[in-house]
This record gives sequence, structure tokens and C-alpha cells, in this order.
Amino acid sequence: MATADKNIGTSGVLGWVDQRFPLTSTWKAHLSEYYAPKNFNFWYFFGGLATLILVLQIVTGIFLTMHYKADSAKAFESVEYIMRDVPWGWLIRYMHSTGASAFFIVIYMHMFRGLLYGSYRKPRELIWIFGCLIFLVLMAEAFFGYLLPWGQMSYWGAQVIVNLFSAIPFIGPELSLWIRGDYVVGDATLNRFFAFHVIAIPLVLLGLVTAHIIALHEVGSNNPDGVEIKAKKNAAGIPLDGIPFHPYYTVHDIMGVSVFLLAFSAVIFFAPEMGGYFLEYNNFVPADPLKTPAHIAPVWYFTPYYSILRAITSDFILWGLTPFLLVFLAVVWMSRGTKSLSKLIATLAVGAMLVGFLVLDAKFWGVVAMGASVMIFFSMPWIDNSKVKSIRYRPTWHKYIYAAFVIVFLVLGYTGVQPPSPVGQVIAQVGTLLYFAFFLFMPWWSEMGEFKPVPDRVTFAAH
Amino acid sequence: MADHPSNVSFEHDELNDSSRRNALVAASAAGAIGAAACAIPFVTSFEPSERAKAAGAPVEADISGMAPGELRRVEWRGNPVWIVRRTPEMLESLKVTESEVVDPKSLKPYQLPTPPYAQNQARSIKPEYLVVVGICSHLGCSPGDKFTPGAQPSLPADWPGGFLCPCHGSTFDMAGRVFKNKPANANLDVPPHTYLTDTRLLIGDDKKA
Repeated sequence: MATADKNIGTSGVLGWVDQRFPLTSTWKAHLSEYYAPKNFNFWYFFGGLATLILVLQIVTGIFLTMHYKADSAKAFESVEYIMRDVPWGWLIRYMHSTGASAFFIVIYMHMFRGLLYGSYRKPRELIWIFGCLIFLVLMAEAFFGYLLPWGQMSYWGAQVIVNLFSAIPFIGPELSLWIRGDYVVGDATLNRFFAFHVIAIPLVLLGLVTAHIIALHEVGSNNPDGVEIKAKKNAAGIPLDGIPFHPYYTVHDIMGVSVFLLAFSAVIFFAPEMGGYFLEYNNFVPADPLKTPAHIAPVWYFTPYYSILRAITSDFILWGLTPFLLVFLAVVWMSRGTKSLSKLIATLAVGAMLVGFLVLDAKFWGVVAMGASVMIFFSMPWIDNSKVKSIRYRPTWHKYIYAAFVIVFLVLGYTGVQPPSPVGQVIAQVGTLLYFAFFLFMPWWSEMGEFKPVPDRVTFAAH
Repeated sequence: MADHPSNVSFEHDELNDSSRRNALVAASAAGAIGAAACAIPFVTSFEPSERAKAAGAPVEADISGMAPGELRRVEWRGNPVWIVRRTPEMLESLKVTESEVVDPKSLKPYQLPTPPYAQNQARSIKPEYLVVVGICSHLGCSPGDKFTPGAQPSLPADWPGGFLCPCHGSTFDMAGRVFKNKPANANLDVPPHTYLTDTRLLIGDDKKA
């Protein structure tokens, strides 16, 4: 018997299983003998919390589909039925709708942690890429889900986003028709969005989350000091600054989960609509294809990108984007460290855009800028040239740049929920330039300044 | 080499038979093409169904008793069509906005070609009645009517009266022409339409007079 050759350290029922399935070894590799740095801080709660919310969304979602009807004539009514007549339906629905916003809060915190401590840098580039893909897929999931209640915001939000594709030259109008499956957002659109929301996207999401965690466990977690704990090991090959994920961090995360659930429950029970930010008031009005509500805005987690979309006008392309790109090109050419190939590529890219500004209209560039504002996160591992990973050992003024970036992101988010106005537009345009400046000039500013010495081992004081 | 099936071994050189390698590549390529072709029905299933294509018949609208400055909405192909009875002041404002709009002659239409009878300043058959599809050429929201001239939220101080899109702030004049430097790039579409009688309008067809 071939399996008897396997050297497993277990016997009895567990031994029988281990001969046939890597149960104990998987448990050890990912939990009881996965060594995580001992100096994790507050920011390290959010990865686990994101997993928790993913489970919550799947479970509440399954129960919602048992009562929901994906039919444009019945959808709005069926959500009201869940809220009013299904026993505890209101709770399940509010858990799901609040969970969507909580998911984005937690993911934004998790991404910010990555920025702070350089968690995207070698050898963790793939973890970051998988993470960015998860973020993209999550945005798609949220967007598809938002159509399902078939309220006014659902309807007009979907109308705007699907029409974004129509801005693509040549194929655009056919593409948006293909996505809708009808000449207007209608029953066909609702049905396919339902299919995407409940099965297609969640499957992709689960696969990506698995890849994200496998990649993480392959290279090991980063930490607030940005020190590689695997560089210092004991005789048994265990990192000196590592502690087993289970039980240390499982217990530690239970604390984080408790605090999170406290806040989450408070929102569900006392402010499930969160003043119109988590569930917009106009979405309590059934979809009316003939009338757009007087003020429409996406849900808060999309508004920074939405602001960037709105900021691009033909004037702004002339006095804002064009000079901005020329300055960028000048910096590329003046920089000594940049390879000639990179210079050539940058010149061609900027040149193509400048020609494009003349040929294609502002609507298309708005869509491009919005797409770029999300996609640019993918480039982080290659545009950050700082000598150290963690913000702790970077020049102090780097912290101000990060603070400014966060403020710009929040201001863009704020202008995105406001009705369009001339002042708001100028603020969003300045914000758009600052947002892109943070990333486009990072190869230069990130290596400037006086770096602090990085310790050999993580800094940790026992409590 | 391959003549000895009883003596199966996976030595490297035994597998290195180039004719079989070519057959393998050819078979894989044929398989890949077949698999890709299987995507066609799935991708095509996303297109509008025959039923969706069939819907879209012309609709009739009753314009009797409309007060000056009144707007009526009718649904045509799932989209709102506005009928506005314009006042003389509204028509007068078009002369001022002529130089402030992107495309005063409606040369670059959005989704529907501008019918010949609407290729004029009022963009209509009878100057008094404006008939346009109320869908913004930016991202498809339906603008709201802001007929009162003058300063008001989201609008300039010298607002001549027209339409404001609540989504991204595009503005249109009283003939549905888009103002310069706004996200939208084309005027509101004028649907094909014709007057059946003085008070009955057919929207979606201009052949049956």
C-alpha cells in the first residue's frame, strides 16, 4: 500500500485522514506553524475583517436570494417584501447592505496599511496585484448588486456606468448595448446583473482571495517595521521574530472582530441608511426610466473616482491635464536614473495622449481618467523607489505626502457626493491633478530625503 | 522505441519524437479554436433579444391644451421624449445662446441623425413646440428643466433658461443644444416625428403624414 509510506505524525482517525488528505500538514502550514511577525499593530486587523465580511455577505446574500425576484416588474416590491413581511428579513437585508459599505471601509484601511508599510514591495508584488484585482472585482460586485433593488438610484447609477463604455471610440455604443441587452436599462439588464452578482463575480472573488492568501503564505507577512523576519532564524529554522498565527493571531483577531461587530451592529440597528450614505434615499423610490432624480451620486465608496470622471472637461484638458503631462515628461527627461527606453515609452504615451486630446472629446478622457485612477494602484511595487519599506524609517516629510494624499482622496470623495457646482468642479480638478501627481512623480520623490536607520529586528515591547 | 509498449519507460529521448510533437501542437491548436468558437453563442446571448428589438413602435402624443412653458413626457423606446411648448422669450433666448453652444447647427448628432425639418435654430417643425429625447449625450441621465432664467444652484448667473443634467452638470439651451465646456459633447436628439393633426403628434416615425 503506497500510502503507508507517507511519514505523518498522526494516528487513529486523524492518521487515516492524513494518509489520504493533507489535513494536518495544511493546518500546520497555514495556521499553527505559519509564523507571522510578532509586532503587528492596529492596521493588521483589516485583512481578517475583510475575510469575515466576505463570509457575512455570502451568507446573508444566499438568504436574500430566497425571497428576492430578479424581474423589473417585481424586484422593488420583493425587496420591500423582505423588509416588511419576511421574518427577520429586514435584519438580513440591512446586514447585507451595511456589509457592502463596511467591506469598502475595511478594504480601504487594508490598502492604506499596504501603502504605509510598503507591503507591496519585493517579494510581495503578486500579493498586491491579487489584492488590486480583488478591489476591482469587489467594485464590480458592488455595482451589480446596487441595481437589484431597482430603485431610482439603482436605475440611473446603472445607466451612467453602462454608458461609460459608450465613450470608447468606434465600438462604444454597441458595447454598452451588448452589456445592457436592451436599448435601455431594463429587465434583461437586471437579470444578467443578478447572475453576475450572485454567482459569477463571487466565484472569481473567492478564487482571487485564495490566491492572495496563498501568495502571502508563500513569502510571509510584512510588518510595521518593514523588516524581513525570515532573515533571522533560530536553529530550528523558525524566524526569531515570528509567532504561530494560531493561537496567537487567531485570539488577537477575535478582539478585533469583537470591536468591529460592535460598531457594525450599532450601524445595522441604529443607522442602517447612515444618513443616506449607505442606502441612498432616492433608492426608496421605484425606478422611473423617464425621470432622473434631481440629485444623483454613487454610493460613497465610488465617489472619489466619480469626482475624477466629472472633473475632466475640455477646458480642464487644456489648462490642467496638458501642462501636467508636459511637466511629467520634463521630469522624466531630466532624471538621470531613468533608462532611455522608459523615457521613450513615457514620451510616446504622453504624445499619444496629447494627440488624443485633440481628436477625442472630454467625455472619453473622463472615462480614461476614472479608469486610470483605479488601475494606477497596480503600479505601486514598481514606482516606489524608497530605500526602506516602512513609513517609520522614511523621511518625515514623506508622511506629510501620504497625509496629503489621504486628504485629497477624502476631498474627492466629498465633491463626488455633492451636486455639480462651478466651485466643486475646480476643487475636483485640482484634486485630480494632485491624486495623479502622487503616483506619477513617486519614482522621484520616494527616493528623496534623509532615510532613518532600519533596525535588524522588529521593534517590539512585551505588554 | 515506441514499438515496445510492454516496456513502458519515460526516458527523455524516447518521448522526443518530433512528428508526434507536431501532431500534439496541431491537435491542441484545433482544440483551442473549437473551444474559442464555443464562446460565440454565450457572447451573442448578451445581445438584445428578438423581443427587445421588436419593441420600439412609434407612439402618439396629445399636445392639446399645453400651457406656454409646459413640458410633457412620453415614453418612446423606453426613453423619455419631451414636448415643450416654448414661450416667445424662450425662443428669443436661442439667439443669445447660438454662440455659447458647441454645435449650434446640430451637425454632430448623439444617437439619432437630426431630421432635416429640425435643422434650424429652434430645432423643430413648429418653432413653438420642441420635441427632443430627454437623454443627456454624456452618460444617459435625463436632464431636468430649469426654464427660469437667472442665477440658481449649479447654474451660472447669466443662465438663459434651459435644461440641467443632475448627474454631471451638463447644460442645454431651450432647443436642447449643449453649452460649451460641459461633459456632454452633443445636443439632445430630435426623434423623427410628425404632426398627425394640430394637437396629435406621432413620435418615432415621420413617414406617415
